[in-house]
Amino acid sequence: MTARPAGMNEEFTMTQVSETVAATLDQIIARYGGDPGNLLQILRDAQDALDWLSPETQSAVAKQLDIPVTRVAAVVQFYAHLYDTPRGKYRVLFSHNITDRMAGSPALMAHMLKRLKLKRGIVSDDGLVSVGKTSCTGMCDQGPAILVNNRAITKLTLRRIDEICDLIRARAPLANWPAHYFRVEDNIERADMLLGSAYAPGEALRAAIACGPTGMMAEMRKSNLRGRGGAGFTTAVKWEACRDAKGSGSGEERYIVCNADEGEPGTFKDRVLLQSFSERVFEGMAIAGYVTAAHKGFVYLRGEYSYLRAPLEAKLAEMRRNRLLGMSICGVPGFDFDIAIHMGAGAYICGEETALIESLEGKPGHPRVRPPFPVTCGYKNQPTVVNNVETLCKVTEVALHGGLAYAGTGTRQSAGTKIISVSGDVERPGLYEYPFGVRVSQVLDDAGAYDAIAVQISGAAGQCLTPQEFGRRIAFEDVPTAGSFMVFGNNRDLFEAALNYSHFFEHESCGFCTPCRVGTALVARIMEKIHSGHGARYEFNELNRLHQLISTSSHCGLGATATNALQDIMTKFPTVFDRRLIKRDFEPGFDLDAALNRAREVSNRDDANAHLAEGIDA
Amino acid sequence: MTDIPNSFNLDGEPISFEPGQTILQAALNAGHFIPHLCAHPEFKPHGSCKLCIVVVNNRTGASCAMKAMPGLEVQSDTPDLNHRRRTLLQMLFVEGNHFCPGCEKSGNCQLQALAYDLEMFNDHFTHFFQPREVDASHPDFFLDRNRCIMCELCVRASRDFDGKSVFGLAGRGRDSHLVVNSPTGMLGDSAFEKSDRAARICPVGAILPKEVGFSKPIGRRKYDETPISQLAFTCDWEA
Repeated sequence: MTARPAGMNEEFTMTQVSETVAATLDQIIARYGGDPGNLLQILRDAQDALDWLSPETQSAVAKQLDIPVTRVAAVVQFYAHLYDTPRGKYRVLFSHNITDRMAGSPALMAHMLKRLKLKRGIVSDDGLVSVGKTSCTGMCDQGPAILVNNRAITKLTLRRIDEICDLIRARAPLANWPAHYFRVEDNIERADMLLGSAYAPGEALRAAIACGPTGMMAEMRKSNLRGRGGAGFTTAVKWEACRDAKGSGSGEERYIVCNADEGEPGTFKDRVLLQSFSERVFEGMAIAGYVTAAHKGFVYLRGEYSYLRAPLEAKLAEMRRNRLLGMSICGVPGFDFDIAIHMGAGAYICGEETALIESLEGKPGHPRVRPPFPVTCGYKNQPTVVNNVETLCKVTEVALHGGLAYAGTGTRQSAGTKIISVSGDVERPGLYEYPFGVRVSQVLDDAGAYDAIAVQISGAAGQCLTPQEFGRRIAFEDVPTAGSFMVFGNNRDLFEAALNYSHFFEHESCGFCTPCRVGTALVARIMEKIHSGHGARYEFNELNRLHQLISTSSHCGLGATATNALQDIMTKFPTVFDRRLIKRDFEPGFDLDAALNRAREVSNRDDANAHLAEGIDA
Repeated sequence: MTDIPNSFNLDGEPISFEPGQTILQAALNAGHFIPHLCAHPEFKPHGSCKLCIVVVNNRTGASCAMKAMPGLEVQSDTPDLNHRRRTLLQMLFVEGNHFCPGCEKSGNCQLQALAYDLEMFNDHFTHFFQPREVDASHPDFFLDRNRCIMCELCVRASRDFDGKSVFGLAGRGRDSHLVVNSPTGMLGDSAFEKSDRAARICPVGAILPKEVGFSKPIGRRKYDETPISQLAFTCDWEA
């Protein structure tokens, strides 16, 4: 690059840039009706257009929406995929989930950094590209995966990394990259009730209408359908509470929210449901609206799944054309229901329903104080149902076959089938749908896991099972799961998994409450100390103590579960830690010689006398 | 279960309450201290510091955000809960850069006072040593983020009381930090004034008045004279 003379010329360029920025922002803000509630959506679109959100952009947005600039800054700095510093024209993020790492992502990332002559997280001198890492992108069955400007690329190899580096260097627009890079496979390996059945659009809606709102609610009750997001709350109870709740104020309204913020590491079932079964998700939402007298629905789609947005919008348009959404659905007067898609921007916490609602309102995803619960006081303080993607699909089954028939499969407390996202050391990673009650061992056999030493169920927040527990059943009454099923073969070191989870939670803690904000960071530091070979029994005990505090005193489910997997690995797989702990009672984490690095740099010395003698023992 | 309506048991003693009150409010009004930092009677419950955790019917929760209900069995002053509170205080101390001997707020600081009251004798954990910005641009006040504990009292006071929204909390996780609503992000360029409610709300030394340094010597200040647990008996929340 040639140096540009400073002065008039530069100032002129600045003004030009400002005018372009202003024009771009005008358009985006107009598209969202100038509503500060759409702040997150506005900022996402602004970044797509401008590559990053400069202080200038942030003040302009604040001014136009007539909100304090602190509110804009709070949102920009909360979401991992919004940037308040330049990150280049091409922003590459490697999925940092343990399954991507096991599939070789660290070596691929190192290769890319070398090819592009970059350091991780630092933008290239020409402002072209940056390479970093991000939490699980939901491509665990076809990893290692990356996101480039929010677009997912799967099945990475060294060769493909080379090709991508060439495309970036050539400044090829993302739209011109080979289409097969962006292909995301469904990988349905075992289909049952949901994934295996034929489906006629509108059939479930018409079946629900034939029952009437009260009749359909009765079917829901009979079905004993429970939420598939992990907590397993009975769906009918949620719907009834919302239906019977009084809205507040003049804007009295009820809302149906589809939680598509599938962020639990190792889970990718919702991705497939939204890619290939979206009409069922939407019909499930419309049925929920019909039963609870809600007229508006939102799909909260995680930013990592941005590629799904256009096909989902097309599907919504098609359903509107076919009168399956919109006014007087299926010709029923008064049955008005429509759906809008809201995008997330890299925040695991937004899978928590009250954090999700905050995010829908254009705020940082801080979980609310509960009670009141969303069913009485949710989006815009109105009664709101928040259901998982898979749950809403199951609603169509209840509508089509009736509650009793639905309750006929699965176990007594867990009716119906469950989709499991299998990844890790298996021959056939992908989706496996079984009636509830299936044994872990059967899933392992079907997926071709021959040497499993552990299965991490329900993601980083779930439990880690030993081979002695593989006879247990997937069900709310035994091993509950939101769907994640990560398999570890006998060459794996579970400490790496535990370390990975500790970094995940440190990164994803929203920072609202003390135990989770500080505790997850302390856990990560202790894990790093053990990893570096300086951990003793003291650190092990310290992790136990922190687990006790964080799991019992945190504000929401994230903190309550943040140390679960770690605790499981510590208690069920003691050798994983034992072989890393030193014999002494304690070793300080502070390295005096390393602390002198900066002084050596400044004095430009690196001779023997500039180092502390080895083995020095003060 | 107690038979008296609108009364619950706190550590075995009956506490009467007005309907709508939280457990913390009712306890303080009745002269029973529960440690707290982010709670303030003038503002809606926040529930972030977790110092006021209690065990109610075997479940832990923040008493500032839990409604008092007839017949509740609430535990607060127990060795286990006080141990947890001590650990939470240690977390706050290592997260920020708190240097009590050189701090103007020493003796008037609720974080320090609670640490004394709960007998926190050391920081226990490794310090984060996070670099945090100090803003001395305002003529009357320092904003020293080193001492901020993310209670958002200044955020709430400025927004809900002063109607200015001078402060906001930005960032995520341990990168959370205060931001200022002004073109430059500096306090001096904001609408912040000496007379603001937000200027007199900080429970620690993050928002400090200028030109009044050490007018009262350390050792004769509020919590030097009386432990915080006794001051709160009169529901005197002000620093």
